Amino acid sequence: MIEINNVWKRFGDNVILENISATVKEGEFITLVGASGCGKSTFLKMLLGTDSASQGSILLDGKPIPSEPDAERGVVFQQYSVFPHLNVLENVVIAREFEKTKLGFLWGAAKKAAREEAAALLDVVGLAHMKNRYPDELSGGMRQRLAIAQALILKPRILLLDEPFGALDPGIRADMHELVLDLWRKHKLTVFMVTHDLKEGFHLGTRLWVFDKRRVDAQAPNAYGASITYDLPVGVCEQEILDEIDESLATKNQAEQV
Amino acid sequence: MKRLINFTPARIWRIGLALLPFAVIILIYISASDARLAENPQDKLLPSFTQMGDAIQRLAFEPSKRSGDYLFWQDTLSSLRRLGLGMVIAASLGMLFGLMTGALPVLNASFAPLLTVVSLVPPMALLPVLFIVFGLGEVSKVALIAIGVTPFIARDIQKRTLEIPREQLVKAQTLGANSGQIILRVLIPQLLPRLIDAVRLSLGSAWLFLIAAEAIASTDGLGYRVFLVRRYLSMDVILPYVAWITLLAFIIDYLLAQLSRFAFPWHAQQEGKS
Repeated sequence: MIEINNVWKRFGDNVILENISATVKEGEFITLVGASGCGKSTFLKMLLGTDSASQGSILLDGKPIPSEPDAERGVVFQQYSVFPHLNVLENVVIAREFEKTKLGFLWGAAKKAAREEAAALLDVVGLAHMKNRYPDELSGGMRQRLAIAQALILKPRILLLDEPFGALDPGIRADMHELVLDLWRKHKLTVFMVTHDLKEGFHLGTRLWVFDKRRVDAQAPNAYGASITYDLPVGVCEQEILDEIDESLATKNQAEQV
Repeated sequence: MKRLINFTPARIWRIGLALLPFAVIILIYISASDARLAENPQDKLLPSFTQMGDAIQRLAFEPSKRSGDYLFWQDTLSSLRRLGLGMVIAASLGMLFGLMTGALPVLNASFAPLLTVVSLVPPMALLPVLFIVFGLGEVSKVALIAIGVTPFIARDIQKRTLEIPREQLVKAQTLGANSGQIILRVLIPQLLPRLIDAVRLSLGSAWLFLIAAEAIASTDGLGYRVFLVRRYLSMDVILPYVAWITLLAFIIDYLLAQLSRFAFPWHAQQEGKS
């Protein structure tokens, strides 16, 4: 479904991503891990359409991926994903209102139908009891559940998650993993999830991409960019490989901090 | 003994402490006024509260001998009408310019620098221009308030628009929204409480413009009256008028704050958090 051909990303002299190529089939759940600042979020932005490749191409069904966000590709950010001025239910209903009317306001029976649909979806993500609250009254985990419900109501083919659970407690994070896996299976989504938590990558989804630099020039640390150094099927690979990745990323992180 | 920065007075004490400075000021005034009046009953500088009451009684509850109007209410009405009209125009234009330059990069590129320059023009210096162009009637006074306040509101709203997290705009697009829908459903609702904040902040300068315009050319209005009676050293009128203007400003500010709280409950929560 998605074809990534020799994609490069540069900001001036800084190479962020170098020569990334991959093919993704419909229904895959890909977890992107890597050191912070390695370009995995930039890569996700290219898939989303808010950023573009300096060189190379990303094809969706054989056509260049649209350079603007659209309803085919849902997204959940780490924060600010929901609208603070709408209550929980309205936050989900608004997607249908955007879709169905010119100005973005539904009335009467159409509005009622959209509200019922949204309420059903909120039930699935476990927010049924919070329908009339505003996002600022919710906990971080609830807000992310809301963001997921909002992203799913229009049934996008692709769901992009940019460190969606980075700010959550470990316990809540586990619940959220369950939820995402569940929804992914049910809605037959293609999911890309960026995370800096390797463990999350090890047991979520079907495929793990590790972003890292293949070449490092100590004199010019930005001369080379990151590419996909490991492309592994999740659940099939050996524990040793995971430890190895863990090791290599950990040393890189330490080196950065020094 | 707690550190001073950690010492918070109990509620009852807080009310008392809040009233204390007012009481002190009033007491100082009364004693000073009494002292001067004891020496010279004709003294006009520090009138007693009875004298001020008489003056207001005359202006507010007895028809004027010349025109038959109740001057106090007439003045209040005229001034509030000018202020209200000016602020409504300023708020609408400010919202429009601020929103458009904040939301659309194309308009930002062409109008944001202009807005910055225009907001630096001292509005009071434009007053003669307004008098020449619009004459000495109502229009020039309303125009002064509108011209003085619009750039402030526009710049504030522009800044607030740019402060709305980019993520929300991207999210709306992934929900299929077009530019118009994003402006109507995402930006404007979030900017309305901020517009009220901007109006509250700019009301001080709006009063300033109003009183200045009325002082220079007018036949009624609160500003007109205080500048008129200055010729007779009528402190017994000026002081109550100033107090009345302050009270009006306070009431307007309070009403706007309440409106914001009831119409945009989510905004108050956000404010509380940050």
